[in-house]
Amino acid sequence: MKRKQRGEINRLNLCLPAKSVNEGVARAAVAIFCAQHDPSATELADIKCAVSEAVTNCIVHAYPHGEGEIYITVVLYADKTVRVVIKDHGCGISDVARAREPLYTTDAVGERSGMGFTVMENFMDRLVVRSRVGKGTVVAMTKRIGACAAKE
Amino acid sequence: MIHTDYGYEIRARDRLLCVYLYGEIDHHSAVGLREDLDALILRERPKRLVLDLSRIEFMDSAGLGLLMGRYRLMCDLGGEMAVEKPNERVMKILRLAGMERFFEIGGRRGERE
Repeated sequence: MKRKQRGEINRLNLCLPAKSVNEGVARAAVAIFCAQHDPSATELADIKCAVSEAVTNCIVHAYPHGEGEIYITVVLYADKTVRVVIKDHGCGISDVARAREPLYTTDAVGERSGMGFTVMENFMDRLVVRSRVGKGTVVAMTKRIGACAAKE
Repeated sequence: MIHTDYGYEIRARDRLLCVYLYGEIDHHSAVGLREDLDALILRERPKRLVLDLSRIEFMDSAGLGLLMGRYRLMCDLGGEMAVEKPNERVMKILRLAGMERFFEIGGRRGERE
């Protein structure tokens, strides 16, 4: 990635305990921070949804017993790109490729849609997932603000 | 709005149950909504369930699970389900998951088709 060339202009670091009430807190905080790039309502909604999915994954999958912290970093670049990194020190994902498949879910009895990674992939421009079993998962997503109008 | 605020109003007549949901649907709110909706459905035993999403400002994939679960319950009870008036952003995730294949999505708001 041409991260250095882009020029970082602002950064937010956030650490939240893995409680479901923080899904709303996380997406609202990220949205407020991203507002500096003057995104459209659709772009902001896309980012909020992607953040909500990643944070929910930490709460539901990474820390199934409820104890743990979620680290969120949002970086704004001069070229109007937003980078959101959501990290946990939870149980990790043994097969990331499989987890990213649409409709894949480990949840046999509940009602999870298995669409979390699909949403992140579709609502952001780029999604990178790195995970190690027993160590944790890092989800990095980028989106270019203003590119959406040209694409649609 | 920092926390997840949500709720609903209901109207039931002639075995038609309309639920007007409002606020945000995520994994946090879906748990309570699921329990409430199922209790309502089992009490009212409607032939048709209509979920009005016109006042839903945010929905992520937990909402997809919530809708699919209620759709399955309605099918099991021999009824049908429809979703009404999702805003453009909610419609985007419904479309991504291909929800139109399962239930009717009507009265779309702000649709540019």
